[in-house]
Amino acid sequence: MVTLTINGAKVQAEEGSTILEVARFYGFDIPTICYHDELTPYGACRLCMVEVDDGKRTRLVASCLYPVREGIKVRTHTERVIKGRKLILELLLARCPNSKTLQDLASKMGLEKVRFKMENEDCILCGLCVRMCAEQMGSGAIGFVGRGQKREVVTPFRTASEICRNCGACMFICPVVELQCRGVKSPGELCNSCLVFTPQCLEKYGQVMCTLDSCGACVEKEEK
Amino acid sequence: MAGSDPEYSKVDKIIESYSFEKSALIAILQEIENLYNYLPDWALKYVSEKLNVPMTRVYGVASFYDAFHLTPRGKHLIRVCLGTACYLRGSARVLEAVERELGINDGETTPDLQFSIQSVRCLGACALAPVMIVGERYFDKMTPTKVRRVLKRVQGRNEKN
Amino acid sequence: MKKIRTPEELEALRNSLLQQRDPNKPCVRVCLGTGCRARGSVDVIGAFKDEIKRQGLAIKVDSKQTGCHGFCERGPVVVIGPKEIFYQRVKPRDVPEIVSKTLLNGKVVDRLLYVDPATGKKTLYEYEVPFYKKQRRQILANNGRIDPTNILDYIAVGGYQALAKAITTMSCEEIIDTVEKSGLRGLGGGGFPTGRKWRLCRKAAGDTKFVIGNGDEGDPGAFSDRSLMEANPHSILEGMIIGAYAVGANQGYLYVRAEYPLALKHLQIAIDQAREYGFLGNNIFSSGFDFGIKINRGGGAFVCGESSALVASIEGKMGEPRAKYIHTVERGLWNKPTNLNNVKTWASVPLIINNGADWYAKIGTEKSKGTAIFSLVGKVNNTGLVEVQMGTPLKEIIYDIGGGILGGKKFKAVQTGGPSGGCIPEELLDLPVDFERLTEAGSMMGSGGMIVMDEDTCMVDVARYFLDFLQYESCGKCVPCREGIKRMLEIVTDTTAGRGKEEDLELLQELAETVKDFSLCGLGKTAPNTVLSTLRYFREEYESHVRDKKCPAGICKDLIEYFILEDKCTGCGACLKLCPQQAIQGEPKKLHIINPAKCIRCGICRDACPYEAIITR
Repeated sequence: MVTLTINGAKVQAEEGSTILEVARFYGFDIPTICYHDELTPYGACRLCMVEVDDGKRTRLVASCLYPVREGIKVRTHTERVIKGRKLILELLLARCPNSKTLQDLASKMGLEKVRFKMENEDCILCGLCVRMCAEQMGSGAIGFVGRGQKREVVTPFRTASEICRNCGACMFICPVVELQCRGVKSPGELCNSCLVFTPQCLEKYGQVMCTLDSCGACVEKEEK
Repeated sequence: MAGSDPEYSKVDKIIESYSFEKSALIAILQEIENLYNYLPDWALKYVSEKLNVPMTRVYGVASFYDAFHLTPRGKHLIRVCLGTACYLRGSARVLEAVERELGINDGETTPDLQFSIQSVRCLGACALAPVMIVGERYFDKMTPTKVRRVLKRVQGRNEKN
Repeated sequence: MKKIRTPEELEALRNSLLQQRDPNKPCVRVCLGTGCRARGSVDVIGAFKDEIKRQGLAIKVDSKQTGCHGFCERGPVVVIGPKEIFYQRVKPRDVPEIVSKTLLNGKVVDRLLYVDPATGKKTLYEYEVPFYKKQRRQILANNGRIDPTNILDYIAVGGYQALAKAITTMSCEEIIDTVEKSGLRGLGGGGFPTGRKWRLCRKAAGDTKFVIGNGDEGDPGAFSDRSLMEANPHSILEGMIIGAYAVGANQGYLYVRAEYPLALKHLQIAIDQAREYGFLGNNIFSSGFDFGIKINRGGGAFVCGESSALVASIEGKMGEPRAKYIHTVERGLWNKPTNLNNVKTWASVPLIINNGADWYAKIGTEKSKGTAIFSLVGKVNNTGLVEVQMGTPLKEIIYDIGGGILGGKKFKAVQTGGPSGGCIPEELLDLPVDFERLTEAGSMMGSGGMIVMDEDTCMVDVARYFLDFLQYESCGKCVPCREGIKRMLEIVTDTTAGRGKEEDLELLQELAETVKDFSLCGLGKTAPNTVLSTLRYFREEYESHVRDKKCPAGICKDLIEYFILEDKCTGCGACLKLCPQQAIQGEPKKLHIINPAKCIRCGICRDACPYEAIITR
C-alpha cells in the first residue's frame, strides 16, 4: 500500500494503481473522455491532467496513466489545470460541436464560447472504439490510420470488414457520435433521439457497414 | 491473384529474408515499396497473413510513414526540399512552380503516371539550397525560373529512352 | 581475417598499418559527403583515379574518399596531404592540373584556394581557413581524414583503442563513473546527463537490455548526424559497444532516417567490418561479452526522433509516443531496459575513455561540458558543419566561423534547436552556446541546427513555417498537439494573410501555454517555442501584420505587391515572357506594368529582370 495526498487529503492506494483510479475511488472528480475503466488507458484527451509534486519537482501528468508513488502530492483542480482543461474542451468542441458529452462537460466547466473556426466532425479520435473492438470484443476490426491531421478511425482499405461482428460496441462506447437532440416536435411529443437507434447505413449502402468513416448514416445532420 | 503468382513469391522472399519477424514490418514494407513504387492492397493483405500481424496494424503502419504510398507513383519522383535553409532561400516558390508546370499538387501524381511531386524536409544538403531532386539527380540553387528547364531536360531524356 | 582478441593484437595491427603508410606520401582526399557528392565530387575522385592511373603514379600517390569535411559551401572539397593543402570548388577538369602541379611538384593551383572574403587573403592549408580555425573539432576530428568504408583507416588513427581499454582494464562501474565525471550530456537535444542515464539503465531490473543509437535527425536544416554517420561510422559503433558493456546490453540498434542512404550504407559496411575484426560479435576482446548491432531504417516520420516513438517504430508499429512516467531506461524496447543516445553522444564516448573524464570536463562551461556541433545554414556566407567548445558566443560562430551574413545584409535572428527551438535576436548575440543559456533565452540546443536569418526574413512567416512542419509531423494522438498546433497555425496564417485580429495574439499566447503544458510528448511540448520566442522578441512584427496589415520584411505574399520601377525598367520584356499568369503588360522598350489582380507573387519576374527593376513593397 502506498500513501499519497490528493487535494490535501491523505489517502491510501494499492501499488500499481493510477492516480485517476485512486482519485475516483475517493470521490475526487477528474474529467475524462478517452478513459474507460474496462479498457487500457490511452492518455490522449489530456483532460485528466493533474499537478503532481514528487518531492523533487512539480509537473503536470496524465492521471489515467501515472502510477501512484509514496509521498506524492496531487492537486486535481489548480488554476493551471482548469485553464488547460477548458482550452482542450474548447478545441474539441470546435471540432465536434454537436456532441452532447462534450457540451455537458463544457457546461460543467463554465465554457460558453468557442473562439476557433467551427467544424463539424463526428470523431474526436479518442480511440475508445478501437480499444473496445480489440480488447473487449476480441475483433480488432477498426484501427487508427494516418498521421496528424489525416488521422482517422477506419477499417483497413475502407471497406466493409470481414472480422467485424456487427456488435455495435463501438457505437455504444463512442462519446461523440450520438443522435442530436431535435427538440420537442409538437406539444407533448418527445424527440427520443437519444434512445432510438437503428443503423441507417443499410439504406444508404445496401449493407451494414459498421465503420466510423464519417459516413454519418446513423447521425442525421441538418443540411445547412 | 492466385497464391502461385510470381508476385507473391517475390513478397515471400522478402518476408523470409527477415525471418518472419513481426517487428520487421516497416523494413518489409519498405522493400515492397521499392519493388512496386507503392504498396498494393494485395501485398498488404498478404503481409498481414504471412506475418500474422493484424490487418489494422499493417494498414496503420502503411498509412503513418512518409516512405509509404497506397497509390501508384510516377516514374519520375520530383522532390523539392522545404527544409528551413531551403525555405529561407525561396524553395516554396520553386515548389509552386513545379506544381504549376505539372498541373498537380504536392503529394500527387500526374494522370499519365510520369511525375510525382513530393516535398521533403531536409536532405542534409543545405549549402546547395534551394535543392530539388529528380530521381537521384540533385539540382542546386533552384529558382522558379529554372524549373521549366529542368523538367524539360528530364522529359527530353525520358523521350529519348 | 583473424579476429583481434587482445589489446596487444590491436596495437600490433595499428603499428603495422602505420609502418606501411608513409606519412610523407602525397595523398589526395576527396570529400564524398552528401553535400559535395551533390556537386559532383564522385566525378572528381573518378578523375583523380583515372589521372593517377594514366600517369602511372599509383606507387607515388594515394587517393582516398572521405566523408563530410564540413565546409559544404565550398564543395567539392579536396585536401592534399601531407601538407593539408585545401582546394575548394574543384571540378573534374581541374584534376590533371592538380596532379601535375601539386602532387608531383608541390606547387599550388592558385585559383582553387580559399579566399577569405573579409581580407581578400588566400589560405593555403586547411587549418588556416577561418572556417576551421575557430572550431574545436574533436568528435568530427577524423571526418575528412579517413575513408569511412575502410576500418583500417579508423584503426590507424587509434580506433577501437578505447574499447580495448574499457573492456579489458575497466569495470562497468568505472566506465559509468568516467562518463558521469566527464559531464557528457545528450547531444540529441535533451541534454540529459549521459552517465546518469547509463547508471539508471545498469541498475534497472532485468537480464535483457538494449542500447539504441538515434540517427533519426529530422530537424530541417540539421545535418550533423548525417555527416558523422557518413564520415566516421566506427566512432559511433565503438561508443555503443562500450556503452552496451557498461549497462549490460547484448543487442544494439541504430535507427537511421531512410532519407540518408549514404549513412545507412556506410554504417552497414562498418558493422560488417567490425564484426570481421571481432569488435562486434561473441567474446569481444576475450572478455566473454557478446554484442551485436542491427540497423533500423526509419519509415519517414519526424516524430520518430522522440525516444518512445522510435522504440515503437523499431517494434514495427506506428510511431506514436507514449507517456514516459516509467522511463525508457527501465522499460523501453519490448518493455526491457533500454539506453537510447544520439549518435553524436555515442561518438563522444571513445574520446572520453581515451583521454579521461578530466580532459573532457575542462572543455566547455560549468554545466555544459565538451563541444557542440551545429549545422550552420541559412543567410550565412560559410554554410557547413561546425564544432565548437560549449560556451562559444553565438556571435563568434556566425561571424568568425560563418563569415557573416550573406550579401552583406543585416542580421535579424538565429534559430537553434530546430522546430522545437526558438529564435534569438541581435541583442542576444553574445549569448554563449550552452544548454541552460539557450533554454533561458527561449530556444534550446536541440540537435544542432543553427539557422541564420537576415532582414529579409519575416519572423511571423518563420513561426508559420515551423508550425506547419510540426502539424504535418504530429502523430495526432493527443488533443493539445493535434488540435492546438492546428489552431495556432490558423491564427498565424491568418496574420500573414492580413486577416489577423488584435485578440488573436492573446489567444495565440494562451494556446501556446496549454500546448506546452498538456501535450503528451516532446514534439507537442516544444511546438509552441517558435511562436513564443518570436512573440517575445519580435512582437512589433506581429502587430504590424495585425494592425497595419503590413509585412515589414516584404515576404508575406498577401501583404506585398510586385512593382516595376519606372526609372530602372528598359522594356526588355524578359518578365513579360516568363510570367505564368500573363500579368505583365508593356510595349517593347517601354515601361512594363504588373497587374496586381492577376499577379500571384511567384517571384519569377524579379529573378528574371536583368536590371533589378522589380521590387516588392
